[in-house]
Amino acid sequence: MRTDQTRMRVLLAALAALALTLALAACGSSSDSTTSGSTEGGSGAGTIQSNPDNGKVSLTIGSKNFPEQEILGEIYAQALTAAGYKVKSALNLGSETVALKAVKTGQISGYPEYASTALTSFFGLEPEEVPADATEAWEKANEEFEKEGLQAFEPTPFASANAVGTTKETAEKYDLETVSDLEGVSEELSLYGSPECRQRIDCLAGLEKLYGLKFKSFTPVDIGLRYTVLEKGQADLSILFTTDPQLSAESDKFVILEDDKEVFPAGNIIFVTEKKVAEEAGPDYEETILKVQEGLDLKVMQELDARVELEKETPKAAAKAYLESAGYIG
Amino acid sequence: MSLHLVSASFGGAVEFIFAPQESNVTGGKKVGGFDKTMELLIGHLEVTILALAIALLIALPLGLYLGHKGRGELFAVGIGNAGRAIPELAVIALVATLIGIGMRNVAPALALLGIAPILVNAYVGVRQVDPAAVDAARGMGMSELSIIRKVEFPLAIPTVMGGIRSAAIVILATATIAPLAGVETLGDFIINRNVYGENGLLAGALLVALLALALEGSLALLQRRLTSDGLKVKTA
Amino acid sequence: MASPVVFAAAGQVGGDFFKERESGTLPCQANENHLFCFDWARENIDRYGTPTQQHLEIVLLSVVIGFAIAFALALFAHRTRWAQPPLLAATGVLYTIPSIAFFFLLLPVTGFGRDTAIIVLSAYTLQIIYRNTMLGLDNVPDSVKDAARGMGLTNRQILWKVELPLATPEIIAGLRVATASTIAITTLVVLISAGGLGTQMYGSNFNFPTAILIAVGIIALMVLAFDLLFLTTQRLLTPWRKVRPR
Repeated sequence: MRTDQTRMRVLLAALAALALTLALAACGSSSDSTTSGSTEGGSGAGTIQSNPDNGKVSLTIGSKNFPEQEILGEIYAQALTAAGYKVKSALNLGSETVALKAVKTGQISGYPEYASTALTSFFGLEPEEVPADATEAWEKANEEFEKEGLQAFEPTPFASANAVGTTKETAEKYDLETVSDLEGVSEELSLYGSPECRQRIDCLAGLEKLYGLKFKSFTPVDIGLRYTVLEKGQADLSILFTTDPQLSAESDKFVILEDDKEVFPAGNIIFVTEKKVAEEAGPDYEETILKVQEGLDLKVMQELDARVELEKETPKAAAKAYLESAGYIG
Repeated sequence: MSLHLVSASFGGAVEFIFAPQESNVTGGKKVGGFDKTMELLIGHLEVTILALAIALLIALPLGLYLGHKGRGELFAVGIGNAGRAIPELAVIALVATLIGIGMRNVAPALALLGIAPILVNAYVGVRQVDPAAVDAARGMGMSELSIIRKVEFPLAIPTVMGGIRSAAIVILATATIAPLAGVETLGDFIINRNVYGENGLLAGALLVALLALALEGSLALLQRRLTSDGLKVKTA
Repeated sequence: MASPVVFAAAGQVGGDFFKERESGTLPCQANENHLFCFDWARENIDRYGTPTQQHLEIVLLSVVIGFAIAFALALFAHRTRWAQPPLLAATGVLYTIPSIAFFFLLLPVTGFGRDTAIIVLSAYTLQIIYRNTMLGLDNVPDSVKDAARGMGLTNRQILWKVELPLATPEIIAGLRVATASTIAITTLVVLISAGGLGTQMYGSNFNFPTAILIAVGIIALMVLAFDLLFLTTQRLLTPWRKVRPR
């Protein structure tokens, strides 16, 4: 009967569509499996060796909610996996307050934080009190962390800072080279930044208090849109990061203003964890992390940022490429 | 989770709504409080009402007309089905990136989500009107437009209002994630919990839920007032 | 001058690690104004595997649980008239509260993760299916029930052999609507760390239309697939009825 035929066809079509969806789910998930923990004794003295003792320890590595953080989280997670630990990742937690809380409540084992952010956001230092020397900054932060039962590992080579950025046209129009140049002009300009920017001394709060600037408006937007709003002409000014790949790849479009009053301290990354987690995890925990971040200088971090933010690679893939290229994993 | 902890959380949320709290981020500025809550509440209502108005302007006349003519059933129903399946997060993200952020851009995008239920319900509502009533009106010499206005629309009000209520809910719900695209609504408390804290997060959720119930309640009342007495017996 | 502090860099990565990038030669996805990058899509489609799987799992669990509870409730309410108004009001409230608010209201009780998502989504599907089932059962003409009673069928037999089969189109209509809506709302569970296709629309993908559009495409495919499945099931279960598109 004709209706039977049509019914069969419709049923087949439905099953085909469903099968397609399931196939997508199945084939994708199998290629998503994490790399296995142990590494063979590979080339180079830098390769991370798997220690079977570490298999008893479960770690959860967290990160804050923007690409550079996710890359760092992945680097540490993959490195610790190579060292034989059982590692889960909980990247993209939120801003620094959420991440710190996650460490304190044991939700994660640790996460990478900027020393400057720790000092200004957690411990209330004014920007001028943040040491310019990376080791000093780390020691100062560690002092404060220890009071709360936490510990920070030594810093990475590279450092990143907030910066006030704008388009080349705007900079030329108002003759802006430093942040202080905004005096008298800022009332006409709109500023866009992350939601927590209003409260942070190394962001809007500092611009208002220490530079004495008033802006026409401040609009909170997701960090991911910081260049979009400049590109679309909606923002006159936007809060950017000094390690952003767009600054070198699209240097004809965007420019950052020099922080002449040193309100935006640069921070190297220090890995924050609970003391007892570090003790239980054994010496390989700290050693692996310190070892694998030795190669993270500014140029490398910018390259990794470029891969994720511009070329839209996954942080996982970018981290893996770094670890392999530097010989940490075979 | 113990009941005590749960009630403590909700107590904290209520406090947050009325009194400014210490900020999570050291900088000394307090967050929350009644003023901020009102500011975001008004923002939420603004974008919801604006989007609803735009959706009504586009979908209501179109739906009524198609229903009156009896044409485009597949189109109307198709739009209705498709509209249900639009992921809100995608709409907000695409608007923010491709078109721009802020109320001017977000409100039309939200309106898009409301067009489907209004269109479908207007169409179905008119189609279900008793043809005898329409014939009688035509026999009395009424123009087509008058027929729509004076006969079909009033009889279709329960169904049409149902569509408007659906649209209002989905627009209000999506307005909750509008802060991602630069529109300050109550969703700010929820999305930016790094600034507002756990109390703010719960306060935001509570406020959105209450606002939704209030809006739905008001529209239900409006529907009852607009529905002619003859129809009131039938509708729930 | 707060210049970024750099250690004597180890510089251990291989020289070919770095790529030259210039404004004019950036790939499609780096350009803010692109709409869809086919090359990137082709190379990265396998990223959508796990999110799709998570998404499907959440939808299926929510619809099944919601259906089970709704069906049982409807059968109960069908017999117990006084229960109908309060149940109707309760399900109405469930419908009105936006899922996104509901997710976060449950946080103190069930925390982040998939459980909270499934509870909220089940509640959402529950109220749609409950209403439709009630409607379907209520619409069975008394004359038909009388005839069945006249033929000697017990109430139980009438329910399962007469009323439910006649209510099937309405019930399946409810399933279709509930499933389509659930598939769409599940994109939001990324906000409570429950995975799903929303992960490809949020975070670093928020300003990346290609990734978002692919996810939307997969969602559309899912909705279509389930819609066709339900429609066909209905045709098979109730061959005597011509199916009208709703």
